[in-house]
Amino acid sequence: MTTIYAKCISRRGWLRWTLILSAAAAFPGRAWAAVARPKEAFSATALDEALAALGDAPQVHEGIQFMTPDIAENGAVVPIRIQVDSEVLPNVSKVSVLVEMNPNPLAASFDIPPGTEVYIETRVKVAQTCTLYAVAEADGQLYMQSRETKVTLGGCGG
Amino acid sequence: MAGRIRIRAQKKGDITEVKALMRHPMETGMRKDQAGDPIPAHFITEVSVFHGDQPVMQGHWGAAVSANPFLGVRFAGGKSGDIVRVVWTDNQGGTGEGDTTIR
Repeated sequence: MTTIYAKCISRRGWLRWTLILSAAAAFPGRAWAAVARPKEAFSATALDEALAALGDAPQVHEGIQFMTPDIAENGAVVPIRIQVDSEVLPNVSKVSVLVEMNPNPLAASFDIPPGTEVYIETRVKVAQTCTLYAVAEADGQLYMQSRETKVTLGGCGG
Repeated sequence: MAGRIRIRAQKKGDITEVKALMRHPMETGMRKDQAGDPIPAHFITEVSVFHGDQPVMQGHWGAAVSANPFLGVRFAGGKSGDIVRVVWTDNQGGTGEGDTTIR
């Protein structure tokens, strides 16, 4: 009786592991994601905290092109674009977007493997008129560029 | 809940330009509904772009990315006909996936 019971458990356990492993093989990106998410930086509620969680104090770098609208009519949808010229600032491996006055300033962070252009376009929410920061990490050092965006309608949509 | 993704990949010289539009509410968890009850946070936390099996970009998102998120990335080395895939997961365990071929 006990042997049959033990066999059942092990078979179930084996099945479970097979499922987990095949899922991991089918979605390699997810396994990678679990390791790399900068959780501390995302939970920071002040700009300084979020920047500190990303790394050492960033220096302003002209090689980062950061495009945001001067005036955003709708703070819920603010288009942004970050582009880094690899000849001016090489080896960028990570790019982050921070919105100064948002409840959690870090909006998004992108890991960029070699071979990918440092070019990101997306849309973010901006709670109120404030400065937006693009932070790029190259060889362990942080660089940034900032832009002010005026918001006529807040991004919380409340 | 598996969301579909509208995705387009276009070759421009050596560079492949990928544009993806996902359907997702991207709820921050800070809003209240009409009855005054808080709406639970529901947003995409991870999004990846693949060229074949090769990761091209891995994004970590917070709730501050706009609803129905748009993502544009560019990478080198794509060939016409290659598959480009975008995959996301959200904070409630939802996933979405979409693919296209490079034009």
